Formats: sequence, C-alpha cells, structure tokens
Amino acid sequence: MAEFEPVLLARINKPDSTSLASYQADGGYEALRKALGMSPVEVTNTIKDSGLRGRGGAGFPTGLKWTFLPKDHPGPIYLAINADESEPGTFNNRVLMEKDPHQIIEGIAISCYAIKSNTSYLYLRYEYGQSYRALKKAVEECYAAGILGKNIFGSGFDLDIVLHRGAAAYICGEETGLIESLEGKRAWPRIKPPFPAIEGLFRKPTIVNNIETMACVTQIMKRGIEWFKSIGVPPDPANPRDAGSYGPKLYCLSGHVNKPGVYELPMGITARELIEKYGGGVPNGRQVKAVVPGGISMGFLTAAELDTKLDFAGPGKVGCLGLGTAAVVVIDDATSMVDVLFNCARFFAHESCGQCTPCREGTDWMRKILQRMRNGKGTLADLDLLMEVSGSIGTIPGTTICGLADGAAWPVKNAVKKFRSEFEEYIKSGKKSVDPGAHLVGAH
Amino acid sequence: MATVQVNGQDVTIGDGERLNCIQAAAKAGVEIPHYCWHKDLSVVASCRMCLVEMGDKKPDGTIAMQPKLVPGCQTPVKDGSVIITNSDKVKGAEAGTLEFLLLNHPLDCPVCDQAGECYLQDYSYKYGRAYSRMQEPKLQKADKDHIGDQITLFTDRCVMCTRCVRFTKEISGTSELQVVSRGNHAEIDVFPGEPCNNKLAGNVVDICPVGALCSKDFLYEQRVWWLKGANSVCPGCSTGCSIRIDQNKDVVYRLKPRENPQAQGSFMCDDGRFGWKYIQDEKRLRMPVVRTSGTPVEQAWDRVLPAVKAAIEESIKRDAGRFAAVLSPWMTVEEAFLLAKFVKSLSPDARLVMGPVAVVGEDDLYPKGLHGEAPAKPKFTIRAEKCPNRLGVELVLKHFEGEVISFADAMADVGLGRIESLFAVGGDPAGWVTPEQAAQLAGLRLFVVQDILASAASEKATFVLPGSAWAERDGTFINHNGLAQGIAKAVRGPGESRADSRILFDLAGRKGLVHIPTLRKEIGAEIPALAALAVGQLGETGVSITTSSVAVNGTGAGKPVGAAG
Repeated sequence: MAEFEPVLLARINKPDSTSLASYQADGGYEALRKALGMSPVEVTNTIKDSGLRGRGGAGFPTGLKWTFLPKDHPGPIYLAINADESEPGTFNNRVLMEKDPHQIIEGIAISCYAIKSNTSYLYLRYEYGQSYRALKKAVEECYAAGILGKNIFGSGFDLDIVLHRGAAAYICGEETGLIESLEGKRAWPRIKPPFPAIEGLFRKPTIVNNIETMACVTQIMKRGIEWFKSIGVPPDPANPRDAGSYGPKLYCLSGHVNKPGVYELPMGITARELIEKYGGGVPNGRQVKAVVPGGISMGFLTAAELDTKLDFAGPGKVGCLGLGTAAVVVIDDATSMVDVLFNCARFFAHESCGQCTPCREGTDWMRKILQRMRNGKGTLADLDLLMEVSGSIGTIPGTTICGLADGAAWPVKNAVKKFRSEFEEYIKSGKKSVDPGAHLVGAH
Repeated sequence: MATVQVNGQDVTIGDGERLNCIQAAAKAGVEIPHYCWHKDLSVVASCRMCLVEMGDKKPDGTIAMQPKLVPGCQTPVKDGSVIITNSDKVKGAEAGTLEFLLLNHPLDCPVCDQAGECYLQDYSYKYGRAYSRMQEPKLQKADKDHIGDQITLFTDRCVMCTRCVRFTKEISGTSELQVVSRGNHAEIDVFPGEPCNNKLAGNVVDICPVGALCSKDFLYEQRVWWLKGANSVCPGCSTGCSIRIDQNKDVVYRLKPRENPQAQGSFMCDDGRFGWKYIQDEKRLRMPVVRTSGTPVEQAWDRVLPAVKAAIEESIKRDAGRFAAVLSPWMTVEEAFLLAKFVKSLSPDARLVMGPVAVVGEDDLYPKGLHGEAPAKPKFTIRAEKCPNRLGVELVLKHFEGEVISFADAMADVGLGRIESLFAVGGDPAGWVTPEQAAQLAGLRLFVVQDILASAASEKATFVLPGSAWAERDGTFINHNGLAQGIAKAVRGPGESRADSRILFDLAGRKGLVHIPTLRKEIGAEIPALAALAVGQLGETGVSITTSSVAVNGTGAGKPVGAAG
C-alpha cells in the first residue's frame, strides 16, 4: 500500500494550527459554506451515502442515526458532541481538539445544519484542560468572525456551541449517561426506548456524535463521498448486515511499543502492520503477547491473531467485542495477563455507575477474584466463576441498561479463554504479583 | 381486548389498560420478582430482578421470541405478547441477580426489622441459591441514623433500587434522598444538614423492599410475624387513607398504608402514621363516672347506662326542645345513626348538633414544587379537615334533623338558656371543647360526655362514658369524597371502655349484639343518601355513596359530595 497521506491530522503539526486564520488559509470553513448551499436533507444524504460510521466505539452509521430524528419536529433539536474520551488507551479526540479545533467546529456546524439543530453541546472530558482552552479560543474566534451565532454566512442558519466540561467519570461517555450529566444529574444511563433521537437532552430530540466523527464530516463535505469511499474496507458481500468500514481512522497506539502515538491510517490495517510498520515493534527485543484492539473494553487479540484487520468487523471475528475506539494497546511477553486483567477489572469496578445490579456487583466481584488470584490464593474454579460472572453481565445477555458491563466482561472472557493456560499456571504456581504502586492507587 | 400469553396461559387485558409484563403476569397469577419497580414511581429498570423472556405471537400462530432477556417492568404488553418466566434462562437470571444482590448484603436477618416481610429474603428462598460463592469479605458501610427524624438507614442492607430517591423526587417532591458515590460504593444519603423530614417520609420505609430504611418508631419493637393486622382507615384527616393496624396482644405497634386508588393511593402521611399514640395515653377514660353531687364516682356500666337513659328521658320529657345531642365527626356512621335515631325516637323536638369540625391550615398537596409550592395535579393530599367522618355524620344529621346545626350555634343557645341538657360525644384527641365552654356546659341541668380522653368536659360532666378509639371499633367512615370504608377493631380498649356503637346500642335499648353489616343495611334502607351502605359488607376498598342512583342532598348521582352548606 502506498504511504497514506493523513487528512484528519493533516494540519496538526503546522505552526499555529489552532487559529482561525491558519485554518481558513488551508481552505477551512469552505465545506461549511458548501453545506449551507445545499438543503439539510442533501447534507444528511451525503453523509449517509459516504458510509461514515460513528467513531465513538459502536460504529453506528452516522447518516442513518440522523434520519431517526422525528420529521418536521418544531424543535429544539440538539447535537451533543461526545468528547468525554475516557476509554483507556484512547487519545485521538484529544489530538484533534488540541491541535485542530476548527476542523471539529466545522463538522459540528455542518452536522447541526443537516439535522436542523441550532444548539450543540460539546461535552468535554474534564481532565482535558488544553482541549478546553483550544476549543474555547476557536469558538470565540468563530463567533467574532460570524461563523457561529446568528445568520452564518448570510444563510439564515443560526448556531450556538456550548462547551461543557464533564463530570470526570467513565460513564459520562455513555450516550445517555452523557445526556443525564449534561442535564446536571448523575450520569446514570437511561433505559431505551425512547432513544435520544426521539427524546434526549432536556427531553428533546438529540443526536450524540463523537469528535472524530465530526472531523470526518468536515472532510467528507470537503472532499466528497468518492474520496471517503476510496479508503477502507467495503462491506463483506457474504454478510448483508456489514455496512463496511470506509474512511481514514485515527489509531491510538500505546503500551509496549517503540513509537506510541496517534496514527491516521485507512480502516482495515492489520494489528501487525500497525505495531511493526508504524509502531516500530516491541521494545527490548520482546515479543507481542496480547493486543487490545480498541480500548480495553474490547478484549484481547493473541499474538496469533495479529493479522486481524482493525476495521469494524475484524476484531469481532476473533472473539473481541469490536473495534471500539481503535485504541491499540500492546502487551509484551514479559507481562502477566493476570496483572493485565486485574488492572482492567479494577478500572471497570471503579467506573461502574452502580445503577444495574449485575454490573455494580459483578464488576467488583471479578476484581476481588483477580485480586485474590494475584495474592496467590486463586483456585482453578475461579476461572470458571470468572467466565460465569462475565457471561451474565451486560447488554448482550440483556441484564444491564448500558454497555459498560459488556466492556467489563469482554477482557475477562477473552483473557480467560485465550490465555487460560497462563492463568492455570499462575494459580498452580501459587505466586504473587508485586504491585509497587498499589499504595498510591485509591484502591477500593 | 388484548390477549397475552404468560407461561402458556392466556390472560385477557382490558381496553385502555396499559400494563407491563409484571402487571400482566400478575393477572395470570404469575409473580415476576422485582425491586426497583413500583407502580406509583417512574420506571428505572435497574435492579434487573424482573428479567423475562418476551415474544410475539404471529397471526399464523407461531411465536417469535426475542433473543435477549428483557426487564418486565420496562416492557409493555400488547395483544399477542408472550411472556415466559419459568424457563431455565429466566430462572438462571433470577438466581444470578439474587446472588449479586447478596454478595455484599449482610445476613443479619435475625436482628433486622424487615425479616419476615423482606423481598430479599422471600425471593432468595423462592428464586435464589442457598450459598454465596464470594470468598472475600463483604463491603461494610456506615449506618446513617441522621437521615431523618423518623427514618434510619442501614446502609449495607440497601439493594440500590432507588425507590426511596424516586419517592422523594416524584411523590413528596422534596428530593431529600440522593445516591452518592459510584459502583458498589453507591449509597443513599441526604445532603448535609438536610434530613428527610417531609410529611410523607415514613413511606420510604414501606417502599424499601429490604431492611435498609427502617422506622425509628417501630425499630426493634416487634418481630413482624408476631403482628396481626386489621384493615382500617386513618382518622387523621378527611382523606381517609386505607390502612392496616398492626398489633400484638392488644398493643398497636404501627400503621401501614393499604393501597386503595379510590381513597389515597398507595401511601399515607406521617401525621397519620405516627399520630395514633393517644390511644395508649394514660389519660384514656377507663371507667364510667357519675358526678351527682360534685364528687366523681366510678360506676359499673349496668348501673350507669340505665341512669343515663333515665336522665335523658327525663330531660326530653320536661322540655324536648332544650335537649341536644352533639354528634362528633369522629363517630362512625353507625354510631351517629344509633344516637340520632334514639334521640329522635324520644321526641322529634330534641335537637341534634354537629360537633366541632377541626380545620387546621389548608390542604397540604404533594408533590411539592421546587420552592414548596402546591402542584397542579396533586398525587397526595393531607387535608385541613382533621376528622375522619364529617360527611357521614352530616348525612345522618340532615336526615334526622333536616339541617346541620353547628357546635358554635349550639353553644350560643347554651348561653341563652335554650339548651338545658346535653349529650356530647367527643373522640377528637386534639380536644373538642375549650375550658370556658366546658365551664359553661357544667352549669347545665344534664351534661353527659362520651369520650376517649380526659378533658375539661369530662372533668365537669354529670356522666362520663368511656368510649373507644377508632382502632378499637368497627364501623364506617365516609371520606371527603363520599367513599364509605369499613374500619375493623384491631385491639381492645383500656379498662372498662366500650365501643361507642355498643354504648349507644344499649342506650337505645336495642336487643342483641351490635352487628355492623346489619346496621349498615338498616341505615341504607332508612337514609336515601346512604343507600349504598345497604350492601352490608364494604370490602377492602370501600363503596362510594355517590355512585349509587340516589341523589345525595340534591347533588346529582355520581358527583362528589361537597362540604355542608
């Protein structure tokens, strides 16, 4: 494959990349101008036809989501932007917001025009101070330049963007948890139906989209459907439910890899290529033991599964939950999977919102079992218990409201299944894991 | 009409009935266990106890089941819905959820107030597993005695169903209770210095499915399996909440609301819930007293009743127009009828007077708004009229007297010498007569008081007849809306006190035993406005006197009966 020319990240290394002047010098806001010359339905159809799927994790087709809004609704309709990037290993949104905020704002404006929304709330992870400052400055510049506010570019279209710093919890990134949090409540995900497109923020129709999705919207309007569809993986003809994985994707590479960072690559690159060609391989001459394909809630790939394509369909074919946020975490062969899994379990036990019984109790139970295992007191029966508990929580068996529990269950299911012999050896050996930083962590 | 299949059994749902799986299954006699769902609160579907298999029956008769389990509380049924609750999948989910709930729940049932009426206990026995597979120590959370004046929180027993949080948000509107912290560290709490002391707070103890929220008043008083319940009506105001009186060995321990959509719904207020203690007061009248020469002498009923009767007859014979009987709005319909009929049988000129009707403030409507303002559509009302049966007694008075003479008018007549003899029934624990009025009444030729508590009146009366509190009586109360509900005797009264109906029955010289359904039939036949009582038995939820075909005092049938006047 020829070297891929970054599009979403094209501007991040330019000097003064965050300023409106620099953005406009690179043709910024022309895509918005173009969109405002079309009808909202035409814009929606453009996004729909491009095959863009949401970049936030679930990969739901963005244009299709927009069409779920009630027809001829008197308004208001809201666009909520999910910038509560908190899936461990994920930092692609952060780069976009810190380095090229206008690309995001342009995407938001185009999307709002398409869905006939005049207000967009950008729900930003609280810890992202630099993103907040960059976005705030960019929004202020846009208001001053007439790109936000009343009658944008003389089109008669009004738009306000409200930056909202989040409540610093993983659950705030769940679509309806985010809406509750925006309303000033505890971020307890809502039961569906009604879906947010029918009754969302302030009980009004609401679309929730991810930051990277907004950047893609800008580029699709700028470069066209054909460009977008020329990148990535078309639908599998054998699977009528596969919507394909088009477009560029920001892969967040971290863990035991020589060159961690955000890489913009065509959808469908394999994990091996990403790690070896772009990431420079594993340091200290070690080998890959496991790879997280898209944030730890997606599970693990084994070393034998490195040729898995990192598109929306690929990780699922080898038993992972999905592509998720495309946050690839490399784990080398010197690392104990028991420790890795404990760290995952601890995260989800800490972040479970506490609403649904199976998730609230199940996540912490799994953490306790793994903790005991690391203290040398695990039994082989614990592995079956872990599989049973992880199999009984989440939206897939239908026992929870939101997908947090699925995310908590998947690393456990994958690790115990794919690395069972390592777990068995660990338990039989009776060894203990040393956790030098344990006293620093606000452990349960 | 819609047909829903529950575990293979068809059940019919009426038109306009919007039911969820739990309600539809209940119609088929199938229990779907649940914690967070409550019919008067919003649906959160978070406890995941009510998971069922759900499907649809196609027109060709085949059934398509959904692949996932669904929460029964969140899922409405429609024609052709198929619910399965007895499959291995559902049973596995139930056992799983219960195991999760019990992981960190202390097994302190032996010292828990809720034991015996606990849904965690009951469901664990029915659907759960016998042992826990968790080897680690349970979480321990500090108890929160500060959560309210009447309620206390055993934090570690909580199953996070959030019923109490939703109650204070949606029913009382006061939003004191909140969830704090996250995951399995989540706890119910109040804001610092803002305890849950609203007038409906006691209900959170009732709706708590486990022993987390407990009533401080009832705490450690009784094991619930010792208690015996009697269906009654709260006498605290004219709302007439349906209640159950829980007693053991003639001692009342607590009141619980009974669900009655025609009366108050599912709840009751704390004024009523905790306001019954006077029935155990040491000032209760225990013996009939005769005060012929100024000194009170206790006397047996079989001597005092003939003396009272003779005194009344003598007064009426002398001047019937100067004799009056005061009927209390705390009397039952039957008692009012017995007294009125007896007095009028002696002379049609003898007068019947309405006792004082206490009105305190204004109706207190819930849920409260953000700043305590009254709601447009109240879900619960504590009424200003602080007596249970003003309407019922008035209907009796209108029938026998033709009008309702107020107590104030009667007192004026006492002052003018137009009333020389008075038979007064009290019953209001807050007092019904001022010391000045009592002194005035003491000067009468005959002054008989039938009451439950010693008062300025009983200190002066010629005869004092110890009556019974409402928990000690059978009869009928009619609430503000014309709903006639039966009250049943839960406990025996103190000392020689007697049920008012029996006192008046004997005074009237009636033969036999007091049998309330028979009396209701007699009343229904005699008083057109109370024709609905002719059914005799009023059932658990009562009978509306306004839905009978007989017009009530000029009011058209079916309309609510307004206040007198």
